[in-house]
Amino acid sequence: MRAVDALMECLKAEGVEVVFGLPGGANLPTYDAFYDAGIRHILVRHEAGGGHAAEGYAKATGQVGVALGTSGPGATNLVTPICDAMMDSVPVVFLTGQVRTELLGTDGFQEADTIGITMPIVKHSVMIQHPLELPRAIHEAFHIARTGRPGPVVVDIPTDLSRADIPYEPITDVHLPGYQPTTDGNQKQIRLAAKALANARRPVMYAGGGTIGAAAELRELATSDRLPVTCTVMGLGSFPASHPQWLGMLGMHGTRTANYAMDEADLIVAVGARFDDRVTAKLSEFAPHAKFIHIDIDPAEISKNVPAHIPIVGYAANILPRLTAEYRALEPDPARLEEWWHRIDAWRTRYPLSYTESEDAEIKPQYMVQALYEATEGNAIVTSDVGQHQMWAAQHYHFDRPRQWINSGGLGTMGFGLPAAMGAKVGRPDETVVCITGDGSFQMNTQELATCAQNGIGVKVFVMNNGYLGMVRQWQELFWDRRYSQVHTGQYPDFVKLAEAYGATGMRLTDKHTLVEGMRQALAIEGPVVVDVRVAAEENVYPMIAPGQAARDMVG
Amino acid sequence: MGEPGTKELLSLEELEAAGSFRTGRKHILSILVENKPGVLTRITGLFARRGFNIDTLAVGPTDDETVSRITLTLDGAVQSIDQVTKQLHKLINVLKIRDLEPTDTMARELALFKISADGASRSEVMQVCEIFRAKIVDVSKRTLVAEVTGTQEKIDAFERMVRPFGLVEMARTGEIAIARGRAET
Ligand SMILES: Cc1cc2nc3c(=O)[nH]c(=O)nc-3n(C[C@H](O)[C@H](O)[C@H](O)COP(=O)(O)OP(=O)(O)OC[C@H]3O[C@@H](n4cnc5c(N)ncnc54)[C@H](O)[C@@H]3O)c2cc1C
Ligand SMILES: Cc1ncc(C[n+]2csc(CCOP(=O)(O)OP(=O)(O)O)c2C)c(N)n1
Ligand SMILES: [Mg+2]
Repeated sequence: MRAVDALMECLKAEGVEVVFGLPGGANLPTYDAFYDAGIRHILVRHEAGGGHAAEGYAKATGQVGVALGTSGPGATNLVTPICDAMMDSVPVVFLTGQVRTELLGTDGFQEADTIGITMPIVKHSVMIQHPLELPRAIHEAFHIARTGRPGPVVVDIPTDLSRADIPYEPITDVHLPGYQPTTDGNQKQIRLAAKALANARRPVMYAGGGTIGAAAELRELATSDRLPVTCTVMGLGSFPASHPQWLGMLGMHGTRTANYAMDEADLIVAVGARFDDRVTAKLSEFAPHAKFIHIDIDPAEISKNVPAHIPIVGYAANILPRLTAEYRALEPDPARLEEWWHRIDAWRTRYPLSYTESEDAEIKPQYMVQALYEATEGNAIVTSDVGQHQMWAAQHYHFDRPRQWINSGGLGTMGFGLPAAMGAKVGRPDETVVCITGDGSFQMNTQELATCAQNGIGVKVFVMNNGYLGMVRQWQELFWDRRYSQVHTGQYPDFVKLAEAYGATGMRLTDKHTLVEGMRQALAIEGPVVVDVRVAAEENVYPMIAPGQAARDMVG
Repeated sequence: MGEPGTKELLSLEELEAAGSFRTGRKHILSILVENKPGVLTRITGLFARRGFNIDTLAVGPTDDETVSRITLTLDGAVQSIDQVTKQLHKLINVLKIRDLEPTDTMARELALFKISADGASRSEVMQVCEIFRAKIVDVSKRTLVAEVTGTQEKIDAFERMVRPFGLVEMARTGEIAIARGRAET
C-alpha cells in the first residue's frame, strides 16, 4: 500500500479519532489518504488554530492530539503550538509535509527546515529518510508524546516518500534504547517522604500540572490527614476548589493564604510542579523555612530551581498511593496540624479574594467570571487566553475536577483560547465548553470561528472586552509610571458583527444586572456563540507579588 | 535582577557580574548516542542555549556500529553542567553520558603542526619534536609538518615551544577520552 495509507493504519492503531489540519502541496498524498480512511479530519483556517485545537483536545481528553500542516509556511505556522505544547507538557503529534527528497536543501518551493526550526521546542522529532521507516516512526512518536513527561513530537514526511508503495505490517512494539523513563518511584525515598510528612507541623502540598492525571490519588493523600493543598495555574482542578483543605492558587496572582502558607511552611510536597518563577517569585526568599519533597516524572526538574531534600522520580499516580499507605501506617497525630490550621484559617478570613463592586451597571471583570460560574453552574470546561482575563478566570471560576481548566501557562500564548475550546469540544462533545478570552487575544485566532460554524462545534466564547491589552497596561500603570505605550485597542472590531460574518451568533452584554441571564441565553443557543462583554477598562488583577519581591510582600 | 517589566536601569557591570563566568574547572563529557542524523545538532543546541562554549568536540564510531561516541570538553559551573547533563539525558537518541573525572581518565588529542623550518632552525625544530615524541610526517623546503598526540596540556606546551620558529598552521582533533581501569566509560 502507499506509505500514506500505512500512516492511516498507524493512526487508527493508535486510537486516533480526530485530527486537525490544513492541506498543501507537500502533504497532498496524506490528504488523499484521509479522503476515505475513516478518520475524522477537521479543516482549520490556520495551522496554528489546528495545533492549539490538538492541544485543547489532548488536555480535555488525556489522549494524544494530532495536528497537520504542509511544508514551509504550513510547518512554520505550527511553531507556536509546538512550543506551547512543549512548555505545558501536552502530548501532541505534529505531522508536517516536506518537499521531495531531491529538493532538500535547495530552497525548493515551500521548503523550510522544519526539524531544524523546531529542534529546541520538541520532545522529539524525526524526518523520514526512507518510506519503510514511516510506520515505526509514527508509533514511536505517539509513544514518546504520551509517556514520561508528555510533549510534542514532530514527524516530517518528504512528499515523494509518502507516495512510495510499501508492504505494511502492523507494529506492536517500539524499541527506544535511549528512552526509558523511571515511572515507579523509589520505595526508600517514598518511606523517607512519609516520615518527613508525618513529622511536619506546617506542611503544604503544592500540586502542578503533573497531577491532572492523578487527582484522585492526590486527594486521597491530602485527606488521609488535613493536609493543606494549593495548585499552580496548570494544576487547577486536580484538587477541588470547593474542598475545605483548598488554599487557592499560589504564585504571582495566587491567594495570600496560599502564598503565606508556602512562606511559613516547614515541609512542602511538590507534586508534578516545576517551581516556575511565577510561583517562586524572588527565588532566594522562596519558602525559607521549608524542606522539599519533590515528586516529578522528569529527573531534570528535580533541584532545577529549588534543591529537593527528598526527590522521588516517577508518575504521580504511581507514587502518591504508596506515599499515602506509608503515611497512614505511621499513624501521624492529626492534632499536630491544629495550630497550622488556626493560622491558615485566620489568613483565609482576613484575605479572601475581593474586589470593589461597581456602583452602577458597569460589569467588573471579576464579576464577569463569577457570573459565568453561576450561569454554567460551575460545571463547564473553561479555556482561556492570556492576560488579565486568564488570571481572573483562574481565581474566580472554582474548578472542582481535573481537565476542566485549559490554558496556556508556560508560553502564555495569546490566541490559544478559541482553538483550544474547539479541540476540547470535539473531544468532549457532551460538555459545555466556554472560552474566556480578551479583546486582544481573541483576535489572534478568530478565524477558527469559521471552523466551528462549519462543523457545528458549539463553543461559547465570552470576550472580556476592556479595550486594552490589559495585562500589559496593568504593568505600565504599576511599574512604568502609567506611560501607556501601545496598549489601547479601542472598541475594534465589532465582535457581534464579526461573529455573524463567521456564521456564529453574536451578542453583547453591558449591564451587570442582566449579565447572568444574558449568559444563560447565550449558553442555550446552538452552535458557536460570541458574547462581547463590556467590562471596566482599567481594573487590575490583585493580589499580586510584584516583580522581584517575595511572597510575603504581596500587594493588593 | 532584571525582572521583565520593571523599570530599573541595569548597569553593564551588574549584568556582567550576574552572568556565569568560566570557573577554570574543565569537564570532559563522554556521550554515547544512536548513530542517527541530527543528533549532534540536538546536543550542541542544548549547550548553546545555555550560553556554554564548547572547547573541543570529537565524534567517532564505537565498537557497536549503531552507536557513536561524542567527547566534548568545556568549562562551566558544576551546577549548570549538571542541569545540561540532565537535559541531554532527555534526548531520545542519547544512550549514556559520563562527566569524566579528569584524574580517573585517559584523555588524548592528536594535532598537526606546520612549522617554518629553513636551514638554520630546522635541526632545532626537530629537536623539540623529538623531546615531545612528535612525528615528522611531511617536509618541504621551508616547512615541516609534525604530528603530536597527548593530553591537551602537552599539545599546548608543544605549541608554545614551536611558535617562536614560525607556526604556519595548526589543526587539533579535540580530546577523546576513556575511563581508567576496568570501569566502562
Ligand atoms: C499572565 C500569566 C500569569 C501567570 N501567573 C501565575 C501564577 O500566579 N501562579 C502560577 O502558578 N502560575 C502562573 N502562570 C503560569 C506559569 O507561567 C507556569 O506555566 C506554571 O506556574 C507552571 O505550572 P506547573 O509548575 O504546574 O508546571 P507544568 O508546566 O504544568 O509542568 C508539569 C510538571 O509536572 C511534571 N509531570 C508531568 N506529568 C507528570 C506525572 N504524570 N507525574 C509526575 N510529574 C509529572 C512535569 O515533568 C513538570 O515538571 C502564569 C502564566 C501567565 C501567562
Ligand atoms: C502572542 C503574544 N503576544 C504578546 C503577548 C504579551 N501579552 C501578555 S498579556 C497581553 C494582553 C492581552 O490582552 P487581552 O487579550 O485583551 O487580555 P486582557 O489582559 O486585556 O484581559 C499581551 C499583549 C503574549 N502573551 N502573547
Ligand atoms: Mg483586553
